[in-house]
Amino acid sequence: MMINARIAIPSSATRGDLVQIKTLVSHPMESGYRYDAMGIRIPQNILKHFRCEYLGHAVFEMEFGPAVAANPFLTFFFRATESGALRFIWRDQNGEQSIIEREIHVTDEGN
Amino acid sequence: MSIRRRDLIKAGSSAIALLSLPLPVRGAVATLLAEDFGTRSIIEDRVRLRVPALAENGNSVPLDVSVDSPMSANDFVQALHIYAEKNPEPRVAKMRFFPGSGKAEISTRIRFSDSQVIVAVAEMSDGSLWSASGKTIVTIAACVDQIL
Repeated sequence: MMINARIAIPSSATRGDLVQIKTLVSHPMESGYRYDAMGIRIPQNILKHFRCEYLGHAVFEMEFGPAVAANPFLTFFFRATESGALRFIWRDQNGEQSIIEREIHVTDEGN
Repeated sequence: MSIRRRDLIKAGSSAIALLSLPLPVRGAVATLLAEDFGTRSIIEDRVRLRVPALAENGNSVPLDVSVDSPMSANDFVQALHIYAEKNPEPRVAKMRFFPGSGKAEISTRIRFSDSQVIVAVAEMSDGSLWSASGKTIVTIAACVDQIL
């Protein structure tokens, strides 16, 4: 699964700061409760799980139900401690994963 | 003994107060809460849930939830459950937080199949449960539309 995601995150932060992350994913999140013009049920096609890891540890996870709107938008926080990688992992209902990585530069106060 | 006007007013206002008590845990949500948390008590506090009072389109309704917690190594929000009782699948989402989250606060957008009460339940690391609810009236519901 190739995911088209926009991730808004500052490139640097001060050690100890709370950092907000915003993610916007292009996905239909087809609920499985809709019918087409012929009266045929449109099969469900949703993202099931999202996980954000910072320095190899989870800082946020979400399980999606079909009630999450199309093109899921999500904001959450983590506390910046060290410079390093953030991994964003989405998994759809078929278990297919998509991973995006970002780096954050963490500086000491006053730098 | 005659009925005094002030007594009538008092009785009336207490009846109104009774009717306007928040009743988020009814029907489908009550069943789900019993399934997820058994008989554990859920206190309506420490969680702040924001949904618009009126949403034109039920397909994408902004939802903001925050939980009051120090988010320290041994006192943090473990999970946050979102329920929408009238949706065909009332379990909207479940989030997990960690001490490294720093802050248990999220924003997202969800679907409403009808005007309804939405409930958030936060599960703390000590096992205590806290909740908040909000009500949204939708003019165009999600789930019922056809692709034309």
